[in-house]
Amino acid sequence: MDKIWLVIKREYLARVKKRSFLLATLLTPLIFPALMGIIVWVALEERDSQALRIIEVVDENKLFFLESSEQYAFSFSDVSPEEGKKLVQEGDRYGFLLIPKIDLADPQGIVYYGEDNPNMNFIMRLENRLKKKIEEQRLVRSGIDPKVISEVRTDVSIRSIRLDDEGTESVSNATVNYAIGFVAGILIYMFIFIYGNQIMQGVIEEKSNRIIEILVSSIKPFQLMMGKIIGVAGVGLTQFLIWVVLIGGLTTLVTGYLGMQLPQEQAMELAVQDMPTEEFTEAVPMDSDVAEILQVINGIDFFTITMSFIFYFLGGYLLYGALFAAIGSAVDAPSEAQQFMFPVTIPLLVAYMGLFVFVLNDPNSTTSFWLSIIPLSSPIGMMGRVSYGVPWYELLLSMGLLVLGFLATTWVAAKIYRIGILMHGTKPSYKLLWKWIKSSE
Amino acid sequence: MLEITNLSKAFGDKQALTDIDLIVPEGVIFGLLGPNGAGKTTLIRIINQIIEADRGQIILEGQSISPSDIRKIGYLPEERGLYKKMKVWDQLIYFARLKGLSSQEAKSRIDKWMKKLEIDSWKAKKIEDLSKGMAQKIQFIATVIHEPKLLILDEPFSGFDPVNAEIIKNEIIGLKESGTTVILSTHRMESVELLCDRVAMINQSKKILDGTIREVKNSFKPEIFEVTLVDIPDNLPVEYGATEIAPGEWNFQTSLNGQTPNELLSQFMSYGQVTQFDEVKPTMEEIFIHQVKTAENG
Repeated sequence: MDKIWLVIKREYLARVKKRSFLLATLLTPLIFPALMGIIVWVALEERDSQALRIIEVVDENKLFFLESSEQYAFSFSDVSPEEGKKLVQEGDRYGFLLIPKIDLADPQGIVYYGEDNPNMNFIMRLENRLKKKIEEQRLVRSGIDPKVISEVRTDVSIRSIRLDDEGTESVSNATVNYAIGFVAGILIYMFIFIYGNQIMQGVIEEKSNRIIEILVSSIKPFQLMMGKIIGVAGVGLTQFLIWVVLIGGLTTLVTGYLGMQLPQEQAMELAVQDMPTEEFTEAVPMDSDVAEILQVINGIDFFTITMSFIFYFLGGYLLYGALFAAIGSAVDAPSEAQQFMFPVTIPLLVAYMGLFVFVLNDPNSTTSFWLSIIPLSSPIGMMGRVSYGVPWYELLLSMGLLVLGFLATTWVAAKIYRIGILMHGTKPSYKLLWKWIKSSE
Repeated sequence: MLEITNLSKAFGDKQALTDIDLIVPEGVIFGLLGPNGAGKTTLIRIINQIIEADRGQIILEGQSISPSDIRKIGYLPEERGLYKKMKVWDQLIYFARLKGLSSQEAKSRIDKWMKKLEIDSWKAKKIEDLSKGMAQKIQFIATVIHEPKLLILDEPFSGFDPVNAEIIKNEIIGLKESGTTVILSTHRMESVELLCDRVAMINQSKKILDGTIREVKNSFKPEIFEVTLVDIPDNLPVEYGATEIAPGEWNFQTSLNGQTPNELLSQFMSYGQVTQFDEVKPTMEEIFIHQVKTAENG
C-alpha cells in the first residue's frame, strides 16, 4: 500500500509540475469567459451601431399589417416590383417584401428580396406573423367576429411539475435538465479520453524507456498500474477543480462587469432576442420566466446530481483507465496503439451519441435505460438521465454494475499489463492479448 | 547465499531455461556468461521475481525466496532507463523509497553516493540533460542505494567510457569487499577474468559450465607449452617451426603429445638453454567461443 502511494505521488507530481499542465489549467478557463465577453460585447456593439432596417412591403391584398419593432420597420406602399427591387439595390431599403394577390386557402408566391442573405430568424418571424394573419383572415371569412378572434387568442405556457413517490411536487423544466445532462455527459466523455490517453502515454514511456524493469523489481505490476491510474485521476480532478473555481470566478466577474454596463432588463432582452417567436407575439412577462427557471433550479436535486457526477466521473475513468493502461503496455510506441484503440473508442462513442439521440430526448425509453445500465456506457448515459430524476433502484443497479465492470476491466488489464510491459519487439495482436489474459501465472 | 535448483521456464513452446542448478557463495563476484538469447535475462528476472519459474527452487540466505526479499536485491537491467523529465534527485529518492527506504535514510544515502561519485552538482538536473554515461552513474546509484546483499548487474559497463568504467569497476570491487554478493552478467570476457571469482555459462537454456575461473581454465587447457631456447645447436627438429625472436634466441609452441611436462622439458634441455617453459592457458574469451561453437556444431 505504501508503494502504491509512492507511485500515485510521483505520477501526480510529475504531471502537475509540468509547464504544459499549468498553461492548460490556467488558460482553458480564461477562454470561456473571454468568449462570452466577446460575444456579449459584439452583440452590444452591433445593437448600438445598427441603423433601423426599413423593409418596403407591397401587399396587393391590402390585408396585412406588420408591426414595426426596434430593429425592423415596415413601410407599406404600392410601388411596382421593379421599383421595390431597385430600392433594395440602391440601398434605400434593407429589404423588399412582395405579397401578391393570394388565395387565402393556399397562399403562394410571397417573396422577400434582400441585399444580404436574410437571417433565418427574421424569415421565420415573418412567416409566423403572416401565417397568423392569414389564419385570422380565414377565420373572418368563415364568419367569425374579429372581436371573438382577439378574445380567443391565448398564450399558453405549460408548467411541468414532477411528482415523486412521496407526492412531493417539484417544478421541472426540460431545458434545464437537458443542459445538466448535456454538460455532465460531455465532461465525463472528455475526461475519460484526455486522461485515459495520459495513462497510456505514461505506460508507453516507462516501457520504451526501459524504466519498467527497475520498477517491477521493486513493486508489483498491479500496484504500479493502479498507482498510475489513481495518480492521473488526481491530476484530472485537480485540473477540474481549478477550472470550476476559475470559470465560476471569472464568469461572475465578467458578467458583473457587463451587468453594470447594461441595465439588467436590457441584458435579458438581449439574451432572448434570438428566440424566433418572442419578438412578435405579446411577450410573456420576463419576470415570471426568470422566476420559473429559478424555481426549476431550486427543484433540482443537486445533491444527487453532484454525487452521481463524481461517482460516474471516477467510475467511468477507472473502467476505461485500466483498458488504456493495458493498451499502453502491449505496444512499443504510441503509433502502434491505434489498432487497439478501437474497442475502447467505440463504446465511448456509442454512449456519447446515445446521449444526444436517445437519453436527452427521452430519458425513460428502453434504449436510454440500457445505455444508463451497461457499465461501458453508463457513466455518460446515466448522467444524461439523472437530472430528470431516476428511480433509486435503477441508479443503484447502474452504479453496482459500474463497480463490477471496473473490477472486470482492471482484472483483464492487469493480466495484459503484467506480461505486456516486459515484451519488446513483438507485434501484439488480439490473439496474443487473449493468450496473455488466459495465462494463469 | 543463493542456491538455484532444477529451475525451468518456457515461453510457449520456447524453452528459456532447462534444469538450471547454480550455487552463488556469499561475498563473491559471480560471472554469468552466455551468448545472447541463452536465457541469462530470464534467469535474472526470475531471481528478481519479475516473472515466475515453471519449476524449480530458489533459496536466498537459506530460505525460499519471497516478495519481501526484494529489499535484499539490487538489480541493474541491461536495458536501462530513467524518467527523462524527472530531476536526478527526485528520481533517486523515488527508486530508493520504492525499495523500502525511509525518506530520511534515502536522502542521506543518496547524498553520500553523489559525493562519492563526484556528481553532487547534478542534483537539480533532468535526466534528459545528462549524457548517457552520466545517466548510467545515476542508474548505478539507484541500484545500490538500498545496500542490497545481492547485487545483480546485467552488462554494467556498457555505455561507460573507459574512465567511468574503471570507476564503476572499483565501486563493484568495493561493494564485494564490504560483503555484497555480486552476480555479473556480461559478454566482456576481460572484465570477467579481472573481476569474477566464479563463473557459470549458459547456452541454449542449459548450464554448460560452472566453477572458479581457475577450475574452468584448467579443464580447458589444451596442453600446449611455450618454449624459448638460446644457444641452439643445429639438432633442433624443423617440425617445431621455431622463430628467431632475438639473435640466437628461438621461440615456439608445442603440445605434450602424451608426454608429461617433465619429459618434454628434459627433451628441450638436451637441445640447449631453456629460458622459458610456460603452459599456455586459454583466455575466458577462447573458452567462451569454443563452448558456444561446440554447442552449435553438435
